[in-house]
Amino acid sequence: MNKKLNRLRRQAVSWAALVPMALVVIAGLGTALWSLKISFSSSRTFPADDFIGFAQYARLLDNDRWLLSLQNLAVYGVLFILAALVIGFLLAVFIDQKIKGEGVLRTIFLYPYAMSFVATGLVWQWMLNPEVGIQQTVRQLGYPDFKFDWIIDQDRVIYTIVIATVWQASGLVMALLLAGLRGIDEEIWKAARIDGIPPWRVYFSIVLPMLAPSFATAFVLLFTAVVKLFDSVVSMTQGGPGIASEVPAKFIMDHLFGRANIALASAGSIMMLLTVLVLVAPYFYARTRSAGRKQPS
Amino acid sequence: MSATAVHAHRRQRRHLTPARIGIYFFLLSAAAFFLMPLYIMLVTSVKTMDEIQLGNIFALPADFTIEPWETAWSSACTGVECNGIRGGFFNSVAIAIPSTIFPILLGAMNGYALSFWKPRGANLLFALLMMGAFIPVQVMMFPLVRIMATLGLFGSLPGIVLIHIVFSMPVMTLLFRNYYASIPQELFNAARIDGGGFFRIFIQLMLPMSTPIIIVAAIMQVTGVWNDYILGLVFAGRENLPMTVQLNNVINTTTGVRLYNVNMAATILTSLVPLTIYFVSGRWFVRGIAAGAVKG
Repeated sequence: MNKKLNRLRRQAVSWAALVPMALVVIAGLGTALWSLKISFSSSRTFPADDFIGFAQYARLLDNDRWLLSLQNLAVYGVLFILAALVIGFLLAVFIDQKIKGEGVLRTIFLYPYAMSFVATGLVWQWMLNPEVGIQQTVRQLGYPDFKFDWIIDQDRVIYTIVIATVWQASGLVMALLLAGLRGIDEEIWKAARIDGIPPWRVYFSIVLPMLAPSFATAFVLLFTAVVKLFDSVVSMTQGGPGIASEVPAKFIMDHLFGRANIALASAGSIMMLLTVLVLVAPYFYARTRSAGRKQPS
Repeated sequence: MSATAVHAHRRQRRHLTPARIGIYFFLLSAAAFFLMPLYIMLVTSVKTMDEIQLGNIFALPADFTIEPWETAWSSACTGVECNGIRGGFFNSVAIAIPSTIFPILLGAMNGYALSFWKPRGANLLFALLMMGAFIPVQVMMFPLVRIMATLGLFGSLPGIVLIHIVFSMPVMTLLFRNYYASIPQELFNAARIDGGGFFRIFIQLMLPMSTPIIIVAAIMQVTGVWNDYILGLVFAGRENLPMTVQLNNVINTTTGVRLYNVNMAATILTSLVPLTIYFVSGRWFVRGIAAGAVKG
């Protein structure tokens, strides 16, 4: 049979198999462009075809609720990522000390990650509720002045969401870093012991830098969770008290479906997209470069 | 990975030194903190409301009752209706089964085509797909609602399944592409020489070899779809609301006295499926996390 024709046929079948993937890519890029177009229009409930430039973005930057959402997300993001990385790292290092019951402990630290943010948010809402939760319990134990009412405190409510989600996500960091730790060459430990370097120094100066790829993976996972932050807020505080725990994802959803202002919501979503791209693009670039050389497992 | 070999040497001293007591103290305190919410959920769900009003969330139940569980399952109010969250359970099952099977099949086919057939331009397509995984879902939300409405699928079971297929494709494709990259190309070439076509090699050779990665993918998809809130909220429609959405409705829309015991029972019921999968699957679950690290 003609060799060229054969190769063409071979290409055709495999191309046909990739049609669903092509459709998904087109849908992803297409919808993003569509949102971009809406963000430059004056659309309210229905998309309008006009072009009003950056007016929606200007309104967004003048919107107190949006600005508070951004501020909350920044505070939340920094605290959540730092706390989850530190706690996850400590758990991984301590679990890596040839301890008894490693399997049980690992299971305990990771189980919250198997649950939905809605479910865990509701549990934390109940524990942090000052009237029936931890505050009330400690008061009854003989400390009547004990106060832990952050969830109804406008200035502190965002920290309660940090606590709940760090509790949920630290196990994930632990699992990733533990895999990284187990991949480190034992010669390093031998060499360090011969040189008389204390273990904590080895962890800080040698192991920590060697775990950089695992940390990068954990960071990207945590970062995408930060941008998506929605379920936990809805189930724990519904953005309250007042608007004290509003976040961008919730602002966008509210303006898309509750407040019928799709142009403003789209402008907000495009701003989210740009933030993600700026922060994730370097990682993605590095990953595809290295994936070209050796396949990650 | 020879994890045990790597570690055999590291700690010779096995007896309890102050340092090791410190390690255990840290780990056990952490374990207590991690288990606390689960414990409080469980004990609260079997207490009477009278006992809950007394206000010690750590106390074991004095009057053990499973009534809150029955209420949560079959008569708690989710908005206007009071049929419990069992409806949500069956909706979630109906959503999760096709939303696991189709994404796995598509992901496997994509990975197979990318790893072995390598059609021209496919790698660019794959790179675009992976980039798409980072687009926040809100960016696509409104256009997708319009598209689904145009297709007549908005607020229907096939609609929400299609949405899950779309959003899971990057990670599913990545999973299978990397798995197939570890299978020798010679095996594929031999099958080609024997006259195997695209689908024949896929179905008779590759799929049967993919059991481990299919298990990992299934664990990821079932838990991911089950725990989804935002997609179900927007795209499933009132008849198909998944359990997470109904759970949130039970708890955050009730008026009058809040039945905390019922709320906690409903929360456990909603978490039961992913938790069971997690406890049964163990290391498979962790493998999925590492493999799906690019999920957006």
